[in-house]
Amino acid sequence: MFDLDMGRYAAFVWPAWGVSAMVLAALAARAVIAARRWSAELKRLEDEPRRAQGVRSTVAHPE
Amino acid sequence: MFGLANPDRFLRFTRPLTPVLWGLAAILLAVATWFSFTAPEDYQQGDTVRIMFVHVPAASLGLMAYGALGVSSFFALVFRHPLADAAARAAALPGAAFTALALVTGSLWGKPMWGAWWAWGDARLMSVLILFLFYLGYMALRASIDDEAKAARAAAVLGLVGLINLPIVKFSVDWWNTLHQPASLLRADGPSMSAVYLTPLLTMMAAWAALFLAVWLTSIRTEIVRRRVLSIRARRALEA
Repeated sequence: MFDLDMGRYAAFVWPAWGVSAMVLAALAARAVIAARRWSAELKRLEDEPRRAQGVRSTVAHPE
Repeated sequence: MFGLANPDRFLRFTRPLTPVLWGLAAILLAVATWFSFTAPEDYQQGDTVRIMFVHVPAASLGLMAYGALGVSSFFALVFRHPLADAAARAAALPGAAFTALALVTGSLWGKPMWGAWWAWGDARLMSVLILFLFYLGYMALRASIDDEAKAARAAAVLGLVGLINLPIVKFSVDWWNTLHQPASLLRADGPSMSAVYLTPLLTMMAAWAALFLAVWLTSIRTEIVRRRVLSIRARRALEA
């Protein structure tokens, strides 16, 4: 049976679980957000020369 | 194994592994939480026994993450491999967070059981606090030196020195008088805990370990990508 009544120890049990949940969520969120941010930046930098090349070739060979 | 020290191979190998670890951590966390709140209250500790299900994983992961940081620092110093340095750096923040959680949840458990939030001079409490300070020192040292290579070497030395503290944390309850109870899981004669508490505890430890691995691998991958970004920016700045 799921027991959520911590009785007289509620003031100790819930803060311990609450702060743990918050820290784990923050660690996970930070890792995922940083991964997405740096991957997007790498992709942008790698695409930059290709885009520039595309612009140059359009100028050199106008349709 | 050493083939994975190549950053490209590491990225290829960990690409399918990382989402599996995230999924495994989520499932294990849900199951372990269910086990934790369906276990009966302890006849002596009452419902505070449920603090154990977050305190023990936090403390053990704080130690393990430092082990990962220290061993990675050793490889970074001896072989000067950038992936080892990335691994050490990526272990620091989660390790510090786990150790801080161990201190906070331990304090919340200590007050109703020992009658004190904290005991200055207690060997276990102090050695864990020192572990936390090693983490903070490692991160502060890295952040305070602009040259990343110099920062990595200095931090790796500190990371290695901090390894000395790990056996002190582990055996402090055996070597000195302390409020903290002796080891109840890693004992020569096996765990001393009843199965109704051992099952949720081990499941929760597996969940936190999976989450740490997911965060660690994701952060190492991010660190590799970040260094590529910095390298491309530096190259373009030179070309411009």
